Amino acid sequence: MTKYTFTEKKDTRSGFGAGLHELGKQNEKVVALCADLTGSLKMDAFKKDFPDRFFQTGIAEANMMGLAAGMTIGGKIPFTGTFANFSTGRVYDQIRQSIAYSGKNVKICASHAGVTLGEDGATHQILEDIGMMKMLPGMTVIVPCDYNQTKAATIALANHIGPAYLRFGRPSWPIFTAADRPFTIGKADKMIEGKDVTIFACGHLVWNAIEAEEKLAAQGISAEVINVHTIKPLDIETVLVSVQKTKCAVTCEEHQINGGLGDSIAQVLSRFYPAPVEMVGVNDTFGESGTPTQLMKKYGLGPENIIEAAMKVMKRKKA
Amino acid sequence: MPKVFHHLSSHKILKMSSQPDLIQLKKISTQIRRDIVRMVHACQSGHPGGSLGCADFFVALYFRVLHHNPKFNMDGIGEDLFFLSNGHISPVWYATLARSGYFDVKELATFRQINSRLQGHPATHEHLPGVRIASGSLGQGLSVAIGVAQTKKLNQDNRLVYVLMGDGEQQEGQVWEAAMYGAHNKVDNLIATIDYNGQQIDGPVDKVLSLMNLKAKWEAFGWIVNEFNGNIMEDVIAGLEKAQSLTGKGKPVINLMKTEMGFGVDYMMGSHKWHGVAPNDEELKKALAQLEETIGDY
Repeated sequence: MTKYTFTEKKDTRSGFGAGLHELGKQNEKVVALCADLTGSLKMDAFKKDFPDRFFQTGIAEANMMGLAAGMTIGGKIPFTGTFANFSTGRVYDQIRQSIAYSGKNVKICASHAGVTLGEDGATHQILEDIGMMKMLPGMTVIVPCDYNQTKAATIALANHIGPAYLRFGRPSWPIFTAADRPFTIGKADKMIEGKDVTIFACGHLVWNAIEAEEKLAAQGISAEVINVHTIKPLDIETVLVSVQKTKCAVTCEEHQINGGLGDSIAQVLSRFYPAPVEMVGVNDTFGESGTPTQLMKKYGLGPENIIEAAMKVMKRKKA
Repeated sequence: MPKVFHHLSSHKILKMSSQPDLIQLKKISTQIRRDIVRMVHACQSGHPGGSLGCADFFVALYFRVLHHNPKFNMDGIGEDLFFLSNGHISPVWYATLARSGYFDVKELATFRQINSRLQGHPATHEHLPGVRIASGSLGQGLSVAIGVAQTKKLNQDNRLVYVLMGDGEQQEGQVWEAAMYGAHNKVDNLIATIDYNGQQIDGPVDKVLSLMNLKAKWEAFGWIVNEFNGNIMEDVIAGLEKAQSLTGKGKPVINLMKTEMGFGVDYMMGSHKWHGVAPNDEELKKALAQLEETIGDY
């Protein structure tokens, strides 16, 4: 059986910073824009080594999105960096018109997503961004699970043509995927093979799902864990093949249940293979100040919540 | 699928090989004003007021000022690029693009109709030649144009970037984010223009939300301000040539271009009422009687 462990923890935003720096070396067309959060987004290395291709926009995110859209005309590949809240909700119309509808090759890179932003509280803890972005026609939405995968996703985005949203976070988090683990946009990653229940997870909650699987296994329950790092386009085939085997699913995300990963999985299942689904996510409420660990627990995102959902959904399976 | 016309009716477009003189430019302006009124009448929707007011500016740009290639290419490397931020005046842009050879003038008849490349507001989605970004939701074009200008600098492309905004549009906050950024970053390969007609949908700009001293505002934001009358062809050309001479001096340039909404059609002139209203059959006849068919209707 596949086992995942970790020896090191790192924030996923640092994976973005490392990936962006790597891209700076690899690809002359890559430019980066940041709205006064260079340190928080870990963009300092790119800024230092490629100053001509780094654009400080100040606290003016709407302008940043327009600039990025414009920079594609003439062949640049712009990566914008700010917090997830300011990358989406604050600039939704700019993204919709100047980037998505205009089909511009802009990579919207968003840190500090979800409740694990922690102490800053609900003003900054966006839990609606996946929903907003996946609704935009032609927008690719990626939520990687750890440092290595965030780095790989960042690098992969430079070769992906079209607008994309990359969501990552602030807290230090286990690095449990190998640095050379293949990453393909749009291809879900089966982490653990199982037969009784499928756990679909994205972002930080992939690790929680892996911890839940271990405890379920100890109780004799075989859970399949699938890392759905690309929420759009969704890997429908992998979803269906797994649920056709396990006959039920749990979805896990650091996002509102409305509009998130669970929503996408439920839509696919209800259309092509109806099966019971339980959703682990934030249920129509705002977050609050606290430590990431406290908030994960209070808002029902921990391994124990995944285990509870798995037990519940298995009971709902048709005989 | 959008309707695409492959064969240009060459007698109704202006050949780019010869530079048109003032008389020819004025003739093209009049024809484009006819096109605007007919397009808006045909679909009974669209924005004739601002379109008519800016016809001379568009003609001066596309037939005299811009180094551009009607064999459209998105990246536009080595070309001067124009962006329309106040996308609702699409009729004047579409008519100008067609008349300068970007697509067949016959396609103007499809404006705002189903399966057309000529969307109500400009879009890239249907691949209309000449349009490089969608616009319509106001306040976004200046940011885009500055991004394009910075890419031109990175590419060591010495051509200029032009953008037109409305004066009502100056009420959008994003314009001022872009204004700060453009000056701070010395984006001096850009010429912005404001269609300063003093009107917006709900009435005169001064009544709706005054811009106060617009010239002083832009100067305070660090831009070079250039002023001219947008409804006198000689002034438009002189004004744009002056603006060109002001580029490359470490500051972005902005034109405050005084125009009259509805210029060329007496009953539309100077009133916000024709911002977004189409003429009826009777009104069309009256308008066309004032605008001579100079190079042939589409």
